[in-house]
Amino acid sequence: MGALEAAPAPRRRGAVRDVLRGAASPVLFLGPAVLLIAALFLAPAVVTVVISLTNLSVATGLTHYRWIGVANYGQIAHSPWLVLVLRNTVLYVAATLVLFNVGFALVLAILTAHLSERAAGVFRVLWMLPRITPSVILALMWRWFAAEPPYGTVSQVLGLVGIPGHNWMNAHPWAFVVALNGFVGASFGMIIFSSAIAGIPRDQYLAAQVDGASAWQQVWRITLPRLRWPILFVTAYQTLSLLTSFEYILLTTNGGPGFYTTEVWSLYAFHLALSNYFGNTQFGLGAALAAVLVVLGLGASLVYLRVFRFGELVAAPRIEVN
Amino acid sequence: MTPDAVGPHGRWGVTGALVILTAPIIVLYGWLLLASFSVTITGLVPHGLTLANWRFLWQTLPNEANAWVAAGNSLTFAVTVAVFEVLVGAMAAYALSRLTFPGRGLFLGSTIVLHSFPSVTLLIAIFLILRALGLYDRLAGVILVKLALDLPLGIWIMKGFFDGVPWDVEMAALVDGYSRIRVWWKVMLPLIRPGLFAFAIFAFLSGWNEFLLPYVLLPSQGSQTLSVLMASLSGEERFADYGLVTALSVFYILPAVAVFALTQRYLLRIFSGGVKG
Repeated sequence: MGALEAAPAPRRRGAVRDVLRGAASPVLFLGPAVLLIAALFLAPAVVTVVISLTNLSVATGLTHYRWIGVANYGQIAHSPWLVLVLRNTVLYVAATLVLFNVGFALVLAILTAHLSERAAGVFRVLWMLPRITPSVILALMWRWFAAEPPYGTVSQVLGLVGIPGHNWMNAHPWAFVVALNGFVGASFGMIIFSSAIAGIPRDQYLAAQVDGASAWQQVWRITLPRLRWPILFVTAYQTLSLLTSFEYILLTTNGGPGFYTTEVWSLYAFHLALSNYFGNTQFGLGAALAAVLVVLGLGASLVYLRVFRFGELVAAPRIEVN
Repeated sequence: MTPDAVGPHGRWGVTGALVILTAPIIVLYGWLLLASFSVTITGLVPHGLTLANWRFLWQTLPNEANAWVAAGNSLTFAVTVAVFEVLVGAMAAYALSRLTFPGRGLFLGSTIVLHSFPSVTLLIAIFLILRALGLYDRLAGVILVKLALDLPLGIWIMKGFFDGVPWDVEMAALVDGYSRIRVWWKVMLPLIRPGLFAFAIFAFLSGWNEFLLPYVLLPSQGSQTLSVLMASLSGEERFADYGLVTALSVFYILPAVAVFALTQRYLLRIFSGGVKG
């Protein structure tokens, strides 16, 4: 098809072989990836949905479970904690996203763009540290950071100016959870925004400077408009990441303090499906919660994809050579 | 944006603002470093300096895996994941960027859907499938799972690299009679090498830090990774030796920080197309 038609027509036997090879190429190239993803990502996803239709738990074992239809979903809908957990999830995702993953990331990217490459590199490495620090360690560091006197650093520093110390994680669990996750998440947006800013032609800024535009005006008039798509991408991608990530909450407040104060949807699913205080881990119910989370994520994706013009992203190659 | 947009005074202001914003990170890691050499520590004030926290470097801790062996396992895991993620991902990404075939849009769309599955809730199902395949409690099994979970995003990113290569380069090679696979290997891959390199670094770091998968799917002590050793040491809250845990943390983070600091200049390319020049 396409441009190769301009080349001399191959002999007949060659044409047959070309067609065969044309069909073989996608299989050859995609085969390994498709096999892996199908066996160890897609299949588990399907199995999870299937499990959600059973009462599979530690008590039933892998042999004595029953099919119970959508009863797990009914239980979720009627759960007295539904509203609380949903509210927590929205608060967690929205606050972390707006304040840190996009907000802080933008501030960092714009500020570092004004520094020399070397100085900017130092700050980038510092901000990447939480991302490349294993979650177990980072959670430990933040717990000590916020600990009560005499151990906590925050209490010690604030003590110097006479503010009484206490355990800041327990006193302000939401601020703690959002800050911890935000300090990890900000670097993703920072790097994407930085590279987008680096791609803006320098002359635009020079021209603006000649016209006497202030630094603030340059940011507002030149930089931000060019960052529209990167901002949308970070928002969409990080919404899904935040919806499904709970490792740091698990390793710090574990949904508390008190009853379900910082329990988000994915942590709720984890608690029911993999670590239950009552010793009877409910795989079925946990799987149903995971499935609902996927629907929430899909809803968000569909909205974002529409804004993103997904059609353009997956548009077929313009010229095809087979 | 340019460094000269704000002038020398402004640059000091910008640096100052960044230092204030970054202060929590500096304090957090400063504390970690201090604590690893202290007998005890309150806030940022160490009480008594010691090297005993670092004893895992020259001796195996009782009832735990050897730290060097665990580091070796983590390294094997991370390098294998990085290499195969780039190879397998780059093949799939090339096909999605350059070939038309039925199900292309479906594949691209469904990888996004899969991303919204919390990988942790898939663990039960993954465990069942690995056991059926005879890959449970084997390093190869965990590597395959990690590849499967990370490939969708990798394919999307690398598809972007291929999209950025002009068609005429490839066309010339195809007209000259190169096969597709040869075009991919000889013409396309060298062109997007910077992007692939950056992507491999990220895949390596992600593998180096992976905790949940080896923790659940690789219970034997001989194949334990550093992250699992870490969790095992810090697990029993009240009995944990925090000096030891912080020292092991520094030992664990250091290689990742070194790799990142040495390569960060090139890493930005992953998001700006990854094409040379």
